Amino acid sequence: MEFKNIGYALLTIFIVLNYGLILQGVVRKIGARVGRRYGIRWYQPYIDIIKNYAKRSTITHGVMFYIAPVFRLTGGIGLLLFMPVIFGSDIFGNFSFAGDLVLVLYFQFFGILGMALGAAESGHPYSAIGISRGLSQVTSFELPLTLGVLAVAMQYQTLNITEIVAAQQGGFMNWTIITNPFAAIAMLIAFLGAMGRSPFDVVLAPQEIPIGPPTEFQSGLLGVLQLNRAIFPAAKLILFMNLLFGGATNWAELILKTFLIYMWPVFVGTVFPRFRVDQSIRWFLTVPLIIGIIAIILI
Amino acid sequence: MNDIKTQFDITEIIEQRKNLSFITIAKEHAISLITYLRDYKGFSHLVLLTAVDWLEDNKFQLTYLLNNPDIKTDIGVRVKISRDDATMQTAHQLWEQVATYQRELKEMFGIDFPGSPDVDKPFILEGWEDKPPYRRDFDTKQYSEDTYFPRPGRESNDPAEYMKKKLYPDEK
Amino acid sequence: MKEDFKKRTVISPEGKPIEIDPLKDYFSDAKPKVYKPGNPVIEKFANWARANSLWVLGFGTGCGAIEMRPLMTPRFDAYRYGIQWRPTPRQASVFVVSGYLSVKTLKRVVRTYEQMQNPKFVIALGSCTINGGMYWDSYNTINRLDQYMPVDVYIAGCMPRPESLLAGFEKLKTIIKEGRGEGANTYAEKFDWYKANQKKIIKDWDMPDYNW
Repeated sequence: MEFKNIGYALLTIFIVLNYGLILQGVVRKIGARVGRRYGIRWYQPYIDIIKNYAKRSTITHGVMFYIAPVFRLTGGIGLLLFMPVIFGSDIFGNFSFAGDLVLVLYFQFFGILGMALGAAESGHPYSAIGISRGLSQVTSFELPLTLGVLAVAMQYQTLNITEIVAAQQGGFMNWTIITNPFAAIAMLIAFLGAMGRSPFDVVLAPQEIPIGPPTEFQSGLLGVLQLNRAIFPAAKLILFMNLLFGGATNWAELILKTFLIYMWPVFVGTVFPRFRVDQSIRWFLTVPLIIGIIAIILI
Repeated sequence: MNDIKTQFDITEIIEQRKNLSFITIAKEHAISLITYLRDYKGFSHLVLLTAVDWLEDNKFQLTYLLNNPDIKTDIGVRVKISRDDATMQTAHQLWEQVATYQRELKEMFGIDFPGSPDVDKPFILEGWEDKPPYRRDFDTKQYSEDTYFPRPGRESNDPAEYMKKKLYPDEK
Repeated sequence: MKEDFKKRTVISPEGKPIEIDPLKDYFSDAKPKVYKPGNPVIEKFANWARANSLWVLGFGTGCGAIEMRPLMTPRFDAYRYGIQWRPTPRQASVFVVSGYLSVKTLKRVVRTYEQMQNPKFVIALGSCTINGGMYWDSYNTINRLDQYMPVDVYIAGCMPRPESLLAGFEKLKTIIKEGRGEGANTYAEKFDWYKANQKKIIKDWDMPDYNW
């Protein structure tokens, strides 16, 4: 561990943040074009963040209310920093270590827990509804995800993401999605829930419970959440690319692969309407769970 | 219709259409007539309960419009009550929703229905202090000008006069 | 005022009487603050961002709410101007008061407006907000919105078409970029005057004087 690693980590965060923001804008632009609209400008997410930080007043409901967005952002950044972004790179290898797969799984859950504390302190009923839905949904898709991840870990006999990526090198026939399809399917289905897009967007549910957990957050606090909304999906995309699609050895490969992976929840989201939270839990605990168990048994 | 005439002290019956007639009855007998219509004549559905302000006669006219879904006929029971002592027996024991109508009438016309649930609670207006606004001697224009800061320079025309002047300027 | 909001004495679980004032417990009664614009260069950049990221509060107060919906459709597509809809007043920066306001709605509008964060802008839609429109002599609708909260842009018409709404948004953008969109500070400076006007017509005042 050296000091320059901190600089490298900041560089990774910076690049991934920008990539996440542009990805957000571009995907919304594509969605608008599909709907025959001109759509937002691709740099609109940047303006929104600047505007939120430029708000002059902020109200608070207490200490946890301040800390919650920080927790959320920690979840995103932690997920990003403990796995290799670019395989084989000194600069973007980050803090990958022997047991990082377990830590990364934990960081998936970390953010929503932090939000739960903050949203509870805000005292808004819609926040509480959003949080309860969010926690139950995260818990339910965590099962197939963990089973899939365990299957992958058993397949490669390691808990280190760098080694998992290394084992997949040498052509797409070595990728986990080919060598271990059941685990890959279980994880990809769980990925739909993790991305929080339709049909599993009942957590935010912009039309029924205004916006779920962040209902009370405003100004700079919302800005932090928006930063996380850029980093977290990008980090999750990189995680799944590392685990299932052989990682990336340069930025161009990373952008191509993650963009294509992102299209998977986007396509599913355009086709299917929203599940209620009980429906989505019940669904996650049937088909994906069974696939996950099959993956574990077959290993 | 005839047995109503014999049994109740009816003031007036108007047959407006084949399936719509209006019965005017004294205040004391109205509720028993409505109960009779509901229980024995099949007028089981209350369409509406509304009031008309006859300022010149110093009377409020309450209309209970009842519907018989089997023979598809409506009967309106009209009751005239005095404006000075605007009180009427409640009918919420017949239909629960009457209580809501009565709350509205209490607020908008100031007609009291003793015994009706929540009749004193504000219905639409929150904290209204003036005269009940649907009474005809309440001057809404004056009230609005006094209360709501009218923007100076606004002109208003009588629509009939204005259109006549615009479309047929020659006619007198 | 509702019973629940009244000041009263209750017996605590330990058996001691305590006095509670729900309005004080749940809300703040501090006056709004005036936030002076900072460094002109930074403020100019911030104003550019504010003008290009107008988050509209999705609160339809009158018939004009119907005119706001088509803006999201492919035909008008307000998103390309940086206009988006937000479901909560905390996150919104533009309040479109869409049409006539009854006294009862005004109460909610005042509360919502006060919950929005500085800087905030108000677009008043339709004749009803300007001089009462066709409800000018009604016993229960207000005549002039600017007596109760600062208004940045008025859009005349009954109802204005979505095109004029878009023109109004463009006008608001130039106002913000020129640094004249200081409605929130005006509200804080003339707070007593606005409050007196609001209290004159809202008789059933069951909320604190200021809801942040």
